[in-house]
Amino acid sequence: MRKVYLDHAGTTPLHPEVYSLMCEFMKNNFGNPSSIHSYGREAKKWVDEARQQVADLIGADREEIIFTGSGTEADNLAIIGTAAARRKKGNHIITSSIEHPAVLNTCKYLEKNGFEVTYLPVDGYGLVDPEELRRAIRHETILVTIMHANNEIGTIEPIEELSSIAREYGILFHTDAVQTAGKIPVNVKDLGVDLLTLSSHKIYGPKGVGALYKRKGVRLEPVIHGGGQEKKMRSGTENTAGIVGFGKAAEIAARDLESEYNRTLELRDRLVQGINDRIPDVKYNGHPERRLPHNAHFSFSYVEGESMLLSLDMKGIAASSGSACSSSNLKGSHVLEAIGLPYELIHGSLRMTLGRMNDAADIDYVLEVLPEIVARLRSFSPLANKLTV
Amino acid sequence: MYNETVMDHFQNPRNVGEIADASGVGEVGNVVCGDILRVYIKVKDDRLEDVKYMTFGCGAAVASGSMMTTLAKGKTVEEAMQLTNKDVAQALGGLPPQKMHCSNLAADALHKAIEDWQQKTGQ
Repeated sequence: MRKVYLDHAGTTPLHPEVYSLMCEFMKNNFGNPSSIHSYGREAKKWVDEARQQVADLIGADREEIIFTGSGTEADNLAIIGTAAARRKKGNHIITSSIEHPAVLNTCKYLEKNGFEVTYLPVDGYGLVDPEELRRAIRHETILVTIMHANNEIGTIEPIEELSSIAREYGILFHTDAVQTAGKIPVNVKDLGVDLLTLSSHKIYGPKGVGALYKRKGVRLEPVIHGGGQEKKMRSGTENTAGIVGFGKAAEIAARDLESEYNRTLELRDRLVQGINDRIPDVKYNGHPERRLPHNAHFSFSYVEGESMLLSLDMKGIAASSGSACSSSNLKGSHVLEAIGLPYELIHGSLRMTLGRMNDAADIDYVLEVLPEIVARLRSFSPLANKLTV
Repeated sequence: MYNETVMDHFQNPRNVGEIADASGVGEVGNVVCGDILRVYIKVKDDRLEDVKYMTFGCGAAVASGSMMTTLAKGKTVEEAMQLTNKDVAQALGGLPPQKMHCSNLAADALHKAIEDWQQKTGQ
């Protein structure tokens, strides 16, 4: 059976070049980068090179990159670290209602600890209105954290505009760029951000490693205390192999960015067009233009998402859904709720995210299989068939 | 996540559809939680001559509806009222714990259909 992986926003496989380099590194290097002997110095050299590669991906300086254990940890460090460092200045944080749980739940944690958080609404496309941000700013506002692009619907937020408003008021700006770095051009200076989160496993690097860009001069309190690694911002002996892999993945992502962008965009448009042509009663969610090139997100009326995922999986196709039934907390997607989708369409949502593992034949296979699946589920849906008794 | 029996009933659900001249209809669930299950019954001589169902729901909802209809079909009304959601889940060889409450409501829907029939016929 054909296997088609359409969950690249969830995670990605290791790039073969990343795998080779990590193997080579692990075979020959075990040193602790903090040690002063040759073993340690060798490991440090590799970590520094990776730091440069990650910095280059986002137009930053090497010294501005803090390696962490994940994108989630980088979000925690940015938000909790700022809250702790700026506590005397104020206790108000502004974010959006469609952030990843790594940001949302960190903000909720701070709310339980004396901070106040404003969750900005979004429009039907998932866009934050910069004027809403301006209105939400208070004397006590110390941080704005708004994602670069949404992980579910792929909408790209107007970060340049948002960050310039924050800057007017001397408020720090953090963005979670886990979904964008390596997929669309990301430059910290153009974006005007102080803090930016990255993750390795979304760009064909290993899991268990992320990074926080911290603009020079920005002060944070660490969240993890100990031996003072990563300029005291993240203690704990470095995940050297993971960092080396992340660096290589960043280098490849930068190298291939334009070609992969164009390739996935073409495949995505073919998929979207094909679904619109073949399946009735379908809604394309997210923004038509301000959107990640590899993201396609639909709601199919009258059918439930988990049933779609199971049916697709039986045909070898891996995708994801915002339906309550397909989530571990049994709640429908907060993102889809925030863009105003009715419950039925939240539960009938399907996200397909493309990447290196896909080619045109994959898209054609999905277009062959998906209409039958939707038709079958609709055939016994009480919402599609209103026989009155 | 689901066992083979559940997947079989999901892939080949038994007794899906509607009964145009049903003796009773029952529905449970709502779009907020994401599962709706509607049951149609045809009663003859106090016996469930036919049971059909329609569902908007996850794999567990589809499978539990299917299993419920196979268990209920041919039973007397009294026997069918004894059938529980737990019986349905057991006959399926078990469901994931998080699905037991929200998606395992087929017997409730059946009981509602029987009550609907009882009301209509004054039984």
